Amino acid sequence: MTRTLPVSDAGSTRPNAVPAKAGTSRRGLAEQLPAETLVGWLRDMMLIREFEVRTMQAYQDKKIGGFCHVYIGQEAVAVGCTAAAAPTDPMVTAYRDHGHALARGMDPRHCMAEMFGRIGGCAKGKGGSMHMFDKAHHLYGGHGIVGAQTPLGAGLAFATKYWDEVVNGGRSRSVTLCFLGDGALNQGAFHEAMNLAGLMNLPVIYVVENNGYSMGTAIGRGTTMAHDLSVKAAAYGIEAVVVDGMDVLAVYDGMKPLVDWCREECRPAFVDMRTYRYKGHSMSDPRKYRTRDEEERFESEDPIDRLVGHLERRKALDKESLAELNRDVKQQVRDSVKWAEASPPPPIEELFTDVYVDEWGPYRGTSLPEMLREDAGDAGSGKQ
Amino acid sequence: MTVQREIDFRDALREAMSEEMRRDKRVFLMGEEVAEYNGAYKVSRGMLEEFGPQRVIDTPISESGFAGLCIGAAMTGLRPVVEFMSWSFSLVAADPILNNAPKMLYMSGGQFGCPIVFRGNDGAGGQLGSTHSWCVEALYANVPGLKMAIPSDPYDAKGLLKTAIRDDNPVFFLESERLLSVKGPVPEAEYTIPFGQALVRRRGTDATIVSFGRPVHFCLEAAEELAKEGIDCEVIDGRTIRPLDIDTIVESVRRTSRCVVVDQSWPFASIGSEIAAQVHQRCFDDLDNHVHRVHTDDVPTPYAWELEQAYLPNARKICEAVRSVTYRQ
Repeated sequence: MTRTLPVSDAGSTRPNAVPAKAGTSRRGLAEQLPAETLVGWLRDMMLIREFEVRTMQAYQDKKIGGFCHVYIGQEAVAVGCTAAAAPTDPMVTAYRDHGHALARGMDPRHCMAEMFGRIGGCAKGKGGSMHMFDKAHHLYGGHGIVGAQTPLGAGLAFATKYWDEVVNGGRSRSVTLCFLGDGALNQGAFHEAMNLAGLMNLPVIYVVENNGYSMGTAIGRGTTMAHDLSVKAAAYGIEAVVVDGMDVLAVYDGMKPLVDWCREECRPAFVDMRTYRYKGHSMSDPRKYRTRDEEERFESEDPIDRLVGHLERRKALDKESLAELNRDVKQQVRDSVKWAEASPPPPIEELFTDVYVDEWGPYRGTSLPEMLREDAGDAGSGKQ
Repeated sequence: MTVQREIDFRDALREAMSEEMRRDKRVFLMGEEVAEYNGAYKVSRGMLEEFGPQRVIDTPISESGFAGLCIGAAMTGLRPVVEFMSWSFSLVAADPILNNAPKMLYMSGGQFGCPIVFRGNDGAGGQLGSTHSWCVEALYANVPGLKMAIPSDPYDAKGLLKTAIRDDNPVFFLESERLLSVKGPVPEAEYTIPFGQALVRRRGTDATIVSFGRPVHFCLEAAEELAKEGIDCEVIDGRTIRPLDIDTIVESVRRTSRCVVVDQSWPFASIGSEIAAQVHQRCFDDLDNHVHRVHTDDVPTPYAWELEQAYLPNARKICEAVRSVTYRQ
């Protein structure tokens, strides 16, 4: 005779978060989009790549200080995810955030100026590389502490639902994208956020940009069940999918049905987005923990080359238009560096603004950055 | 003649939250046991019934998670009230409440504020042992970007909490489990109490005693005792720590020439040491003695009743400090 283990009557064995079948990847979805759309993605990815190359140069020239983490290799993730979401869907990410800001539509001038610590930066030079915010494009940061953005992501999803249902008396209609690195998988905050998202039915997608390394620690050295991260989500009743993050078409094919499903069902999801960062964790990382062979293997699968190949096969892109895109993007990034250099450092009065909304004691209230002011123009950019 | 209505501290807190939730749909309450259980300390009793589960929200024991969640919600302009069953438990949420909430406005260059209230029981006194008896004011008041209120009676509890909920900045609201059943006059008519305005609880001429929250009661008790000895104390209830109403304190010290600060934090790098420093700076030529400080003793909070009572900044210690500062011993 088998003995039944004691349980309370209050529902400890009643499932309270069974994952419904999420929208599964639909191959070929992106290919059906107009070629101009895909060329737009290509331009965004090239812009991020070029921006990061110039970021590294500027860092080496000591024009950028502090910690700086570049996105080279992972461009397809931010661009494909942005394309799959609505422009008003909230987005929040970690400190490797330049790519998300640019993919979301931040002018590279404000992004570069932020890293240069200039008043024209998206946060007036008060945030730096790891803290890119853009209210107009619904980007809720750039957050520097590993995993800290994951409860915030749950909160953004809670908020869109609350605004739609409680304040405005309608139906929830937004999806929040919360990006994290695989290193954040082992932070308590992430697990608490996943539990709350599962419990409260929050429309948030946790996109793990799984580049295989948390700083210098390979995923298998720091994370259990690294070969199948979906089990982490399953523990919280959250549907998980695996997506090839080195192919922007695959990112879109995987994310679009998932975003639609989350919006429709008002449920969370989890994505193991397989990607690779070509450069070190930060600018000071000599990458001694991995082989050059491995790097070359991933670089041969380069997401930009793959999209170029696809467009060429479709005869949607010829060598000349590719060269033109290249020139165009290089020019835009060069301009952003010039603009950032010309933007003055924040005036000393800025030290005491934005501490509190109101003015009291030494604090001087708050004001929006130039990027968001209606009369923006080139006012903060100095002489050009 | 109208009889002034008297209610409990906990009822005053509930009235503040309920009134603000009625006038503003952006306000909601989230925390452990706040809804179906009616609040671990019955502060939120009946609120689930009135506002429903979308606005009075139970959480699992997951402070880092729900504190961070509410900060994310506040970034969009919602106005969460987060209940920590005890501020002691806020320590596991230190990253969101210290690294996110008070810095969001600054780090985003003015783009995203964080209008949120964290509230709950602060301080020792119920034989809870060291881990559950935290006074967080000294730890947290150090951080720019947050405001901190610490009421000592039901009237202030209601008026300050309503102000906290309407404030556009993160507010840390420190209550005391030992005060929740204390009754006091609270008018039925709407009122709020502005931050940064200390209240003189007792007028006196010989020494100024400054305190916040529960120890204000110890000060008043000590003042009665000292009056019998012919020492006439002024007792100031600071009400908010950030902003600090140093002007009211300075004005009083200039009249009495003596100052005792009573603070339930530990002595090292505390609210008491901060106020002592500011009073020395502003009243150097007015002082008849150096500022005296009374704190909880510099040890972990003990469990045994006698030890715990001895550890608190109690009336006996305050009397000794006042006698010393007035050269009466």
